[in-house]
This record gives sequence, structure tokens and C-alpha cells, in this order.
Amino acid sequence: MTKTAHDFAKASAKALGDRQSRAILHKAIGHIRVLRQRSVNAMPDFAERQARAVAVRDKTLAKLPELLEKLEASVTAVGGRVHYAETAETAATLVARILSERGAKLVVKGKSMVSEEMGLNEVLEAAGIEAVETDLGEYIIQLAGQRPSHILAPALHVSKEQVSDLFARKFGRTSTDIPEMTRIARDSLRQKFLAADAGITGCNIAIAETGTVTVLENEGNIRLSGSCPPIHIALMTLEKVVETLADAAVVLDILPPAATGQTLPVHLSFFTGARREGERDGPREMHLVILDNGRSDILADPKLRSILRCIRCGACLNVCPVYQSVGGHAYGTVYPGPMGSVISPLLKDNPGDPRQPFACTHCAACSEACPAGIDHPALLQELRRRVSETETDLPVAAFSLLARHPLLFGGAAAVGRLFDPKLREVAAVAPDAPVGRFLRCREFPGLARPFSRRFKALARRLKRLQGGRA
Amino acid sequence: MEAFLFIPCLVEHVLPQVGEATTAVLVRAGLTPVLPKGQTCCGQFAYKRGRADLVRPLARRFVEIFQDAPVVVCPSGSCTAMVRRYPSLFAEDDPFREQAAHVAAKTFELGQFLVERLGLTDLGARWDLTAALHGSCQTTRVLGAGSATEALLAKVAGLTLVPLARPERCCGFGGAFSIDYPEASEAIVAEKIDDIVASGAEAVITAEPSCLLNIASAMAKRDLPIRALHLAEVLAGEGI
Repeated sequence: MTKTAHDFAKASAKALGDRQSRAILHKAIGHIRVLRQRSVNAMPDFAERQARAVAVRDKTLAKLPELLEKLEASVTAVGGRVHYAETAETAATLVARILSERGAKLVVKGKSMVSEEMGLNEVLEAAGIEAVETDLGEYIIQLAGQRPSHILAPALHVSKEQVSDLFARKFGRTSTDIPEMTRIARDSLRQKFLAADAGITGCNIAIAETGTVTVLENEGNIRLSGSCPPIHIALMTLEKVVETLADAAVVLDILPPAATGQTLPVHLSFFTGARREGERDGPREMHLVILDNGRSDILADPKLRSILRCIRCGACLNVCPVYQSVGGHAYGTVYPGPMGSVISPLLKDNPGDPRQPFACTHCAACSEACPAGIDHPALLQELRRRVSETETDLPVAAFSLLARHPLLFGGAAAVGRLFDPKLREVAAVAPDAPVGRFLRCREFPGLARPFSRRFKALARRLKRLQGGRA
Repeated sequence: MEAFLFIPCLVEHVLPQVGEATTAVLVRAGLTPVLPKGQTCCGQFAYKRGRADLVRPLARRFVEIFQDAPVVVCPSGSCTAMVRRYPSLFAEDDPFREQAAHVAAKTFELGQFLVERLGLTDLGARWDLTAALHGSCQTTRVLGAGSATEALLAKVAGLTLVPLARPERCCGFGGAFSIDYPEASEAIVAEKIDDIVASGAEAVITAEPSCLLNIASAMAKRDLPIRALHLAEVLAGEGI
């Protein structure tokens, strides 16, 4: 787990230099957007479904402690065990302990962003436990020694050719035919499923009344991870719960269309507890780890609470101009894009760059796309306000001071006009200063004779013209 | 009727032609434009940096200047959106909040004012041009004035609008964003310009001065023979 402060500005500038990655990202994300639009268009009542889902999410947040208690009771009643973890680090340690105590050596994992948040793979490795990612995208990333770049499509930034090269290195088999490449990965993973001592999965929705953990996927690997090995550990963050099965259905109504443009995913698994007496399959032990990592504080904060409505569909990432340009890795956090820029700085472990909320153009494409009705720009604005309280922003303070006095403001502009031609030179000699970097792709526009000085003559002329016409 | 002009600082000092065109359009719509003295900046820049405290004095000035105006018209969606946020900057029990709400409610972006308040779409403008429309995020998503812009442009004689692949996409300016993260901003505006070039348009039109400045100065750097025009300039017609 890295504890060093991340610098988004530097990391994004570096990411932008990688033309190949940018082209891959661009193509992949464009494809997802088209799929989403198609499925939303096919649902004329999408807005109503969305409103119902927002209501369910808000209802959940309003009685979260109660629902978590109910969930714990239900999971226990069906033979599972519930564990709470305050921070990412304690959660990872907890999982490692459960596994070590049972002598587990090999773990298969279905895709889980929470486990990324916990830095679980590193902690397990340190405990001598091999954790194999089984989601194809996540597996590719693990083989490549990277981190996911998108909450839904972890290998969004990788091309087919790069995967082919990677497989050739790792497995000695090569192909650029996607079904064949999938087969190569599957051959390797099937053996892991059979040999695994435990399976770890994420959780899209937990149902309080039944103690059920629900996951959506297209590959079947999460299903296998949760049902094949003798131990199943499901990981969730505390806001992922809903009250009833009917509430889960309301969320399931909008999640796949908003995420991947599907009406339903290929696999929709409902894991309810451990194997009961007389049952022939399923895990003998089931654990549900519920991670807080700062979310209780968010829940208690009326100005930021709505970010907990997030259902991790990734829609905001797919429309964000910043994410689309720099890619997920530049964020240096588990959750990138608009939802990540809101949630990451609020997490206790690995919060990322505190200035992350400023890396947004305020275009509001995210809130328009969000099926959970989250107003990301407003939340980012609130976070900016909180960061700004702790620092002095001299240029903005100076500008504001000038703007309070029209004479000074006009005077500053007049001085600026005087030095106008020189400003271009300043930019040229200081290419790394903010102005120089700003002008790298822009021609200096120059300061003009103010409009207010032209207005009187113009108004007279227009009046004359108007009179002539009448 | 008198229409008080709210001229953003960017228009006052960098794009005065937009102010001139706005004046001409209002005269053409049968109004008498009035330019109250002492205008500076709406404070959007400070707001986006998270400094509502630095915006408040500017909001107070704005309200003083415009409180007696019958209507306030602005050729910028983002500055209008800032003024609409003014009431939220003051506490619920602050009496100034109501005054700010009063002024905010009568402040309009030019296109929205013409279409929604005056019911005008045809201003008799003519411009023989093939152009692409860049729908500014603040004008369309935040202010909801995008359809007014489109309705007005649809009535300009001689104007052929060609579609952009992604007209809704941000141009990457975002106030302080382009200064704080210039490389990301550059990448975003580059895509916007590629889209404009691919559309085959001779000009790009937008209702937002910041987008106009951003796109125009980035196109100038590339020496592209594509004009960048503000909605007001198009409505005023060639040669005001």
C-alpha cells in the first residue's frame, strides 16, 4: 500500500504523452458509450426507472445502520459470518487472517474494487497466499503487474495486441483471435478454480432481508469463485446494502444499462450463506467483510452523503473529458473519474491527491450520465471549498480584490494592454510556468480596447441606423 | 424596454466584439441596451477554485449595480449561471439572499432571453456560412439554454449547420482547470478542434465566450482557416 501523496497534475501530464494508450482508451470508451446510449434509448421509461433507483438508494442511506444490522442477522442465520473493518488496512489483515487460520495457500478472486481499495493482493502475498484474479480483464492486469484503470473494465487501456504479447510471454501461446486468447486464459484459470482453497468476490448489492450477496458479471468467474472453493469471502463497502429483494431489483434495473449497455448481464449470482445440511455444493464457510474506510463520516455529512448513492456503473467515467484524456492510472487511486474524484479524497486509507477535486472542467457530463442522480460537480465544488479553506490562493485573492474596485480592475487591464506584446515573450521564455504551459497550444489572444469605451458611440450609431430604418 | 447589459470581464477586455454584437442584437430586438458603470467580474474564477468567500463581495457589487434593472442580459452562459448561484452563497437568514435571488431571477443569457422571454427566434440575420455549433457545457447542461441557441441559429438565413460527432463534449477550458492542468486541457481542446475540422465547417459557433476564446486561440495556434464566432455575432449578421 503506498502512502506517498499522489500528484495528479504530474501523472496526468505523463499519461497524456503516451499516444498509444490514449488511442486505445479513446476507442474502447467510445464503444461503451455507444452501447449505453443504445440500451437507454431502448428503454423509453429509463428516467422513471432511474427515479425509482434513486429513491431506493436514498432510502438505504437514510436507515443504513439499521439495514446493516439486519444484513448481519440474515447472513448469520444462513450460516455466514459478518466482519466489520474500519479501514482498508484492517480489512485486508482480517481477510489474510481468516485465510491463514484455515491454512489457505491459493485464492481465486472474482473482480472486486473493494479488494483493490484494501490493497488485498499485496497483503495476501506477504502472508504467503497466492491470489489469482479470474476476471479476464483483471487477470490481464495482474499478469502485467498493473492496476485497473476503470472500475468496470479494468483492462480498458490495454489493446488486443498487447494482451497477445503478454500471453505469449506468460504462457508461450500466442494469438490475436479473441476467442482463442480467452481460451488461453481459461485453460490457466480452470486449474486454479479446482485447486483453490478459497474464493474472494466483490458484491454489487447485499440484500438485508435475505442475507444475499448479489454480483453481476459477464464471464462466470465470480460465480465460480463464490461457489467452487470451500470458503467464500465476499467483500463490500457498507453502503452497498439494500433492504429487500424488490429494492435490489430496482437497482438491477438501471445498473447494467448504465454500465455496459446491457439489459441484464450474462451472469447474475445470488449467494445466500454457506452450504446447508444436505446440500451437495457451495462453500462450506461464508464470510462477509463490510468495509467502512471513511464512509460512516461521509454518511454523517449532509453535503457529501449523496456520493454513497453510487452503484459503481462507471457511466461518469465514460463521459468525463478528463478521464477520457488521461485514463484511470493518472488518478493514482482505486476509483478514478468523477466518482473517484469525489470519493477518493474522503477515504481514510489511500485517499490520493487532495487536489483531485480541482481536476474537473465543471462540464457536468457526469451528473447528466449518472443513473443514481449524483450531482458530482456540486460535490466536487464542496470539496474544493474545504481544500481552499486551508490554503491561500494568492492569484485568485488578488484578482478578486481588483474586481472589487472597478478603477483598479480597469487600471490593471490597461497596464496589461501596455505589456501585451511582451506577455507573449514571457510565455516563450517561461514555457514551464502556468502561463507558458497554457499558451503551448494556444495563440495569445491579446487584450483589446475595452468594450465599455466603445459602447456609447456604438449605441448612438445603432440608434441612428434604427431610426433610419423606422 | 431597457435591457441592462452584463458584460463579463473576458468580453470587456478580450472579446469586445461580442459585446458590440450583443448590443446590436438587442437593438434589433427592439430594446434599448443600457451599460451600467462599474462592472468587473462575476467571480466565477474564484468560485471554481472553491473560494465562495471571495465571490461574495463581487456578488454584492453585482446586485447593487443591477438591482433596479428591468432585465439583465449577458452574452455568456457560464457567467449567467454564476449569477444564478449567488443566492446560495448567502446564509438562509441573510436578508441579502433574497436580494440576490431577485437579481438572479431577472438575469438571462442572451439566447435564452430572446427565445424564452421575448419569444423571438428570427432576428432577420443573414450569414452565408457553413458552421458547426459547439454547445457549451455551462450554457446547455447547467443553464439549460442550449435549445434557445439552436432555435436562433435555425432562423439565420444562409447559415448551414453541420453536425459535430460530439457536440456535447467539453472544450477543456473550465476556468482554472486550463491553468492548473494545461496538458489535460490541451488534449481535450485538441479533440474538439479535430471534431470541428472533420465536420468540414468554415466556422464554429458558440454562445459561451470562454469556449470561444479557448477554441479560437487553439485553432489560431494551428493556423486553421476556421472562424470562431459568438452566437451574438452571428445574430448581428455580417458587418454590424
